[in-house]
Amino acid sequence: MTELEARPEALQLPGVQDHPKEVRPRPMSLGERLYLPLLAGMTVTLRHFFQNIFRTRERVTIQYPEERRDYSHRYRGHHILTTRPDGSVRCVACFLCATACPADCIHIEAGEHHDVNVEKYPVVYEIDMLRCVFCGYCVDACPEEAIIMSNNYDMAFYSRSQSIVGKEDLMKPFTFDPGKLGYRPRFPEEEEKRAAMRREAFDLVAAAKAKGEPQSRVAAG
Amino acid sequence: MPPEAAVALDPAAAIAAGFPEGSVVPQEGPGAPTDQPTWVVRREVLRDLCRALRDNPKTRFDLLLDVCGVDYPEREERFESVYHLYSMPRGRRLRLKVPVAEGDARIPSVVPVWKGADWFEREVYDMFGVVFEDHPNLRRILTHDGFQGHALRKDYDPARRWILTEDKIYMPKLVAPPGRSDSMFERMTINIGPSHPAMHGTFRFVAMVDGEEIVASEVEIGYLHRCMEKMSETHTWQQVIPYTDRLNYCSSFINNVAYCRTVEKLLGVEVPPKAVWARTILSEFSRVMDHCVANGSSLVDTGALTNFWYFFQVREEIYGLLEAVCGARLTVSACRIGGLLADLPPDFVARCRRLLEFIPPLIDDVEKLIDKNRIWIDRSVGIAAISGEDAVNWSWTGPCLRASGVAYDVRKAHPYDLYDTVDWQVPVLYGGDTYDRYKVRMLEIRQSLSIIRQLLDRGMPEGPFVVDDPHVALPSKEACYNQMESMIYHFKLIMDGIQVPPGETYLMTEGANGELGFYVVSDGSGKPYRLHVRAPCFPIFSTFSDLMRGHSISDAIATLGGLNVIAGELER
Repeated sequence: MTELEARPEALQLPGVQDHPKEVRPRPMSLGERLYLPLLAGMTVTLRHFFQNIFRTRERVTIQYPEERRDYSHRYRGHHILTTRPDGSVRCVACFLCATACPADCIHIEAGEHHDVNVEKYPVVYEIDMLRCVFCGYCVDACPEEAIIMSNNYDMAFYSRSQSIVGKEDLMKPFTFDPGKLGYRPRFPEEEEKRAAMRREAFDLVAAAKAKGEPQSRVAAG
Repeated sequence: MPPEAAVALDPAAAIAAGFPEGSVVPQEGPGAPTDQPTWVVRREVLRDLCRALRDNPKTRFDLLLDVCGVDYPEREERFESVYHLYSMPRGRRLRLKVPVAEGDARIPSVVPVWKGADWFEREVYDMFGVVFEDHPNLRRILTHDGFQGHALRKDYDPARRWILTEDKIYMPKLVAPPGRSDSMFERMTINIGPSHPAMHGTFRFVAMVDGEEIVASEVEIGYLHRCMEKMSETHTWQQVIPYTDRLNYCSSFINNVAYCRTVEKLLGVEVPPKAVWARTILSEFSRVMDHCVANGSSLVDTGALTNFWYFFQVREEIYGLLEAVCGARLTVSACRIGGLLADLPPDFVARCRRLLEFIPPLIDDVEKLIDKNRIWIDRSVGIAAISGEDAVNWSWTGPCLRASGVAYDVRKAHPYDLYDTVDWQVPVLYGGDTYDRYKVRMLEIRQSLSIIRQLLDRGMPEGPFVVDDPHVALPSKEACYNQMESMIYHFKLIMDGIQVPPGETYLMTEGANGELGFYVVSDGSGKPYRLHVRAPCFPIFSTFSDLMRGHSISDAIATLGGLNVIAGELER
């Protein structure tokens, strides 16, 4: 109850800044009535105009689609299904992404995997790109890093049926180009941090080995 | 009847004591809402009570923030109409609940007390079928006239679909006020919208004009209604966040923050300092962006196209920052309940600093172009002016209200996040017209930039970006792969959602165009029982036809941009 009641000092509104005179435009001076300030405005416009002509590097427009804007490596674009080293799909059809999806755009049909250690794999994995809101919840939900996103944003379709993208198409693109990856659990800067941590851990183990301590204790720590 | 002590302390309780026994009962004890005083009111006394609460100098509940309905099918009096009141001079809040049974769902309208109740009550009628007696124009507002049933009732199937044809198109019966008989013009009714470039979205504006002058008009909305509130009831708490993006899509980050804060309050979760810091900065950037769009579109409607490009450079670069943080530009979904979706990028501070250098020259350029430009002054000064009192009575909040001389800003009156730790001011102007609404936004942009600068100087707080509570936030992937416990929490959180304890709360945030409030009711299941958005531009737009009386059609278009009515938020 207390939190919602305004604090007493707020009632006198100490932060209020009055601008009664300086911003009211009236009365207009003779020059203003003669539209002279428009000339000042014109200088602003002309300054931008000449800047755009001569200082091409600072130009804000780009020649899309020949030129593309660089997006960050967190961009939430077209999805990617990642693969194992042998090229098979990493997904284990646990349905977490489909459950987390607020737009219900992921459709999975699970099948039994020939490898007993994997148990399941998706026979069908489809994302309806027209339903998808690109929120990234599927990436957050995936416990296998099997679904990540790319920074591909131009998805155009000729028909609604084309917008439903299947497993093969999700596995195909961008997989091997790290420059085209988007929103995913590990970003490059964190990867470096992790690599440093891993190196540290290796060093600890090596140091322990040199001392002759049992390795398991260090590893557990 | 409230106890003696309470009467002595609280003038509002003294007013309640003047009503018959049992007609005004404060909700107390276990299960009662703890966020603000709540009274259960019998409908017979509602209007008198409201008038007393508004007029008594000791209470002065002059602002009706919100009216919404809640459906409890298991109760005998099934529907509850919930009124949120605010006292501008005293800074107090009060919630009134009026329960009614299904067979006799009638409540006296409070439009005679607060004009702002007009559209709020229509919405409750539309969604729940509660009839407001003596309402001036009680008909559906968000759904089509041919719609059957009431969508937010619990027994209405969310998957149900209707084919609605246009054969029942609504034509408002405009009654011109008796007036000038010497007019040489024939009165004509003009329809603009719903698909019209001047309407910035999908509104329909029907005006009766006498020559150039609008003598009567009516606005019709609902063309972008997406059942956001009904859909939230079928999603987990976390899944609602992408829906909030699409409220005011010009500043979706603020919506994220507003929603997450409300749920965090129900959960009792403390957000880590780093997330609070980032939320404040990004909210302010979003506010800058939203004001740029509002002013830009308002100016472009009067023919000043150049400013639009300068403003859009600002917006474009801020989108770049948001995209670097969360990976999306427009619909960011950047907050999670308990923090942010990911850690801030390493170049976050550098990017913000670059923006702080980039934005002010462009804002200056716009002011050089516009502030003394006679064309703009002639088009905006004195147009659609509203006094502070009227604006409050119409439930206005935000920059539009501050342009009418009322210094109400949630960030000052009820500070949250880091707003009370930085030095900033609330700009207030007194004209209440289109010019002052433009100018207040320009002044606020500078204040927002100053807030950001101070926070950046303070440095980024160390620590996690999301709360370390496995019942609220997903464990890190590292933990998830290596610890059985974290893996289980991960699965539980995604399968069942966050378990928010039963209760209800209303929490307000300063959105880009006013007080953005979320009223949420939780029943302890993993989904919201009821989620209502107090959209700031909803009551502002309800004033539109009143505001435009006596002005021309071209003024109406120029005003619409200045009010910053965003269809996504208006119609949810």
